[in-house]
Amino acid sequence: MTHDFDVAVIGAGPAGLVAARMCAEKGLATIAYDEQATPGGQVYRAVTTSPMHRMGILGDDYWQGASLARAFARSGAQYVPRATAWAAAPRDDGAWQLGISVAGTSSAPVARAVILATGAQERPFPIPGWTLPGVMTAGAAQLLLKTSALVPSGPTVLAGCGPLLWLIAWQYLNAGVKIDALLETTPRGRLAQAMPHAAGFMLSDYLAKGLQLVRHVRRRVRVVEYVTALAAEGEGRLQRVRYEADGIAETLPADLLLLHQGVVPGINLAHAIGCALQWNERQASFEPAVDAWGGSSLPNLYIAGDGAGIAGTAAAAARGALTGLAVANALGKIDARTRDKAAIAHRAELARALRGRAFFDTLYRPADTFRIPTGDTLVCRCEEVTAHDIVEQVQRGCPGPNQLKAFLRCGMGLCQGRYCGLTVTELVAQERGVPPADIGYFRLRLPAKPVTLRELAAMPSSPEALAAVVREKGTH
Amino acid sequence: MNAAENFDVAIIGGGLTGAAIAFGLRSLGSRLVVLDEGDVAYRASRGNFGLIWVQGKGAGLPPYGAWTQQSAREWPRLAAELAGATGIDVALAQPGGVHVCLARDELDRRSGKLDALFAQPGFQRYDVEVLDHDALARRLPGIGADVVGGTWSALDGHCNPLKLLRALHAAIAGAGCAYRADRFVTWISPAADRFELETLAGRIVAGRIVLAAGLGNARLAPMVGLEAPVRPNKGQVIALERVPPFLALPVETIRQTDEGTVLIGDAQQESGLDEAPGLDVLATMAARAVRVFPQLAEARVNRTWAALRVMTPDGFPIYEQSATHPGAYIATCHSGVTLAAAHAYALAPAIAGGRLPPAFNPYTAQRFDVPQAA
Amino acid sequence: MFRRLPDADLATTATVPLTIDGKPFVAHAGDTVAAALLAAGQVAFRTSAVTGAARGPFCLMGSCFECMVTIDGVADRQACLVPVAAGMRIQTRDGTS
Repeated sequence: MTHDFDVAVIGAGPAGLVAARMCAEKGLATIAYDEQATPGGQVYRAVTTSPMHRMGILGDDYWQGASLARAFARSGAQYVPRATAWAAAPRDDGAWQLGISVAGTSSAPVARAVILATGAQERPFPIPGWTLPGVMTAGAAQLLLKTSALVPSGPTVLAGCGPLLWLIAWQYLNAGVKIDALLETTPRGRLAQAMPHAAGFMLSDYLAKGLQLVRHVRRRVRVVEYVTALAAEGEGRLQRVRYEADGIAETLPADLLLLHQGVVPGINLAHAIGCALQWNERQASFEPAVDAWGGSSLPNLYIAGDGAGIAGTAAAAARGALTGLAVANALGKIDARTRDKAAIAHRAELARALRGRAFFDTLYRPADTFRIPTGDTLVCRCEEVTAHDIVEQVQRGCPGPNQLKAFLRCGMGLCQGRYCGLTVTELVAQERGVPPADIGYFRLRLPAKPVTLRELAAMPSSPEALAAVVREKGTH
Repeated sequence: MNAAENFDVAIIGGGLTGAAIAFGLRSLGSRLVVLDEGDVAYRASRGNFGLIWVQGKGAGLPPYGAWTQQSAREWPRLAAELAGATGIDVALAQPGGVHVCLARDELDRRSGKLDALFAQPGFQRYDVEVLDHDALARRLPGIGADVVGGTWSALDGHCNPLKLLRALHAAIAGAGCAYRADRFVTWISPAADRFELETLAGRIVAGRIVLAAGLGNARLAPMVGLEAPVRPNKGQVIALERVPPFLALPVETIRQTDEGTVLIGDAQQESGLDEAPGLDVLATMAARAVRVFPQLAEARVNRTWAALRVMTPDGFPIYEQSATHPGAYIATCHSGVTLAAAHAYALAPAIAGGRLPPAFNPYTAQRFDVPQAA
Repeated sequence: MFRRLPDADLATTATVPLTIDGKPFVAHAGDTVAAALLAAGQVAFRTSAVTGAARGPFCLMGSCFECMVTIDGVADRQACLVPVAAGMRIQTRDGTS
């Protein structure tokens, strides 16, 4: 059986760009597929084409992505932009049959090894009214800034917790944007909880940069701390944000609410393919189980970057390099000794990048109230299923997310559980008094993104498949 | 939980078969319990396609044709009672249905198969029309040019199988019956006047039990002097997004649901307990569906799944009362949607009466015993 | 809701004329359809299939499916994944069909 490529990399963010470059440089026939029109993923979105480059607004870290993109472009790896990877199935010879959709047409390339580098997504942030037009993620607003130099023009509120919220506030201030309020949802006492991990943080690169950024924002923006409740209100669109902090409630006029409470691994493709997942208690998210080289539970399938577990941009690049080395060894281009020797520097980069993560993860673990909604708050945006609907079924004996999906349709919409899966798992866990790890997640299947029936029909059939479908029909 | 829970009747398995029987026995109230496994289990009833199908059934066992027709006739009563008891509309529609053929010889074979079916002694006949392309196109606008014809029966229909399962459970709960999840049954110990069930979360004691555990019946049946030679048979389903209403009749492998989504269900494979859909099978199903309704080519596939049909050697149900332990019954089939009404209104009362009447004799597992050569 | 930064390198970025619900609008090369719609002042892009409630973009990275609009006659395309092109016809659910 022949194959089209040695390695297919899915995702051209930092992990994917580095992994693809590494594989190509070692002589493997490498192709990288990415959904966006230009390389960089989300953290380096539009880094090669952004209109922002003379303006000193985005910060130096962002522009580092340009050198990653350049090194990738020089490596000899093929690159297919605007390509959605929606299927991967193992063949008898151990290679992977992929389903790739470009402009509404799917092809079925075969690669001996696959590296998933699909990155992270914003954690769901279910508050009353979060489906109103005018409520977006902070990440979404940052993408508008990077790709199109668009900034808020009306009353704007930022809400949530985590470094990205402060970063975008800082970037907006650099651009002269007025921010009406930053509503911080980190609960009281978190800093004390995080202190045992402070030593690592003190030695990390994050500390100096982070403190300076936060101080700069606090001096210029109204920051409300220890917010315990949030709601978006309005008729047909966002018009007001209501919040509570320290027992006091206030309503702010707003036409843009930017929500952010951290990022979580994008697990849909990995899980639909069949990779085993595990629950990360400190980060309160599911991630695929991978070994020290990014090897998943499936042969010849690797996962690198935030898609394997949230660890940040520098860690993603280091893990991309380690996975690239592992694949180069697995496919016979370098021996184990060469691989291990080359890995030393990247493991050191990775260790350095991970310093301070434990502190951040503990400090910024979103409050239970904002991960686990109540009452009429929508959990599943696509099918409009509320927290109350779910709790009612669980009280009637429904044991988990898959039975809930069957009964309520939550998780059956177009986003395929991306913005409700974690909420459903945690809601059921809380209601049943059982750890989330025991509850599990929606059981996802192909396609990892919706594709037309025509595109599914274009995938290769097989004698077994014909026999299974045609049977006594006798024809096909 | 150390003390055992006591019931008059325990139904092992809360899928469509177990839930329909429980619905028929719900007047027992809190003396009835339905036991289910956890969230991830081989649940055929989360994979149902939703057909209430009569045409073509019963080749090799004529009474099954009658049993199926009886269930289809009683279905409106089931839908009405469920709506009344729970407010859930299971979206029953019995407008008739079509089995389409994509080649001349396929249509001839289908037509011949139905003739042979009706020719069986004692078979309860119904009308089936063999339609050519043009006649089919009048009932199904948009049917593809590749469809040479099909067979139509007025008795066929469909419903929303997930709402059906949910409604049955809601009705059972509403009647005061007990439901226990996470109760995988590890052992059944029959005693003189009762059965003691060991589960992963405590003991259940019941005067009578009904084994409705699908594939699990194979392991449980011998514990009470029964047999259930069932094997998994993998079917696959493609779910498309909501599209404007275009398909009023279910076509045996393609139907439009009450929510507007379109389901394509097909395939039979012996692949053990593997529940993952195969890309090659999905592709083959998709290609065939596009030939039947070309307008579906641009509709988006949102989800796919596979589910394991509970298949007996001849494909017909097993309904049996244990000779050695008369309080134990078994019910297994792979048409839990079609037969839901018969299970609720004919099988359940027979179980309540304490003895399965002779009408159920054709369905015992003894029919699989091959006489030894002399 | 959004405005362009005046000093950004937009002078060197090609302008892209298109129509939104029949009305002309000038976007910039590098904009996605979603960015162009937001720059044009569009707040809601579509309505929910379940209740008909107004919906607008949420994640802008292709995973929430809230930003779907009709582009050049093809319905339900994710606006955040489609770069603008000259002459493109964009229709939101609120607008003329």
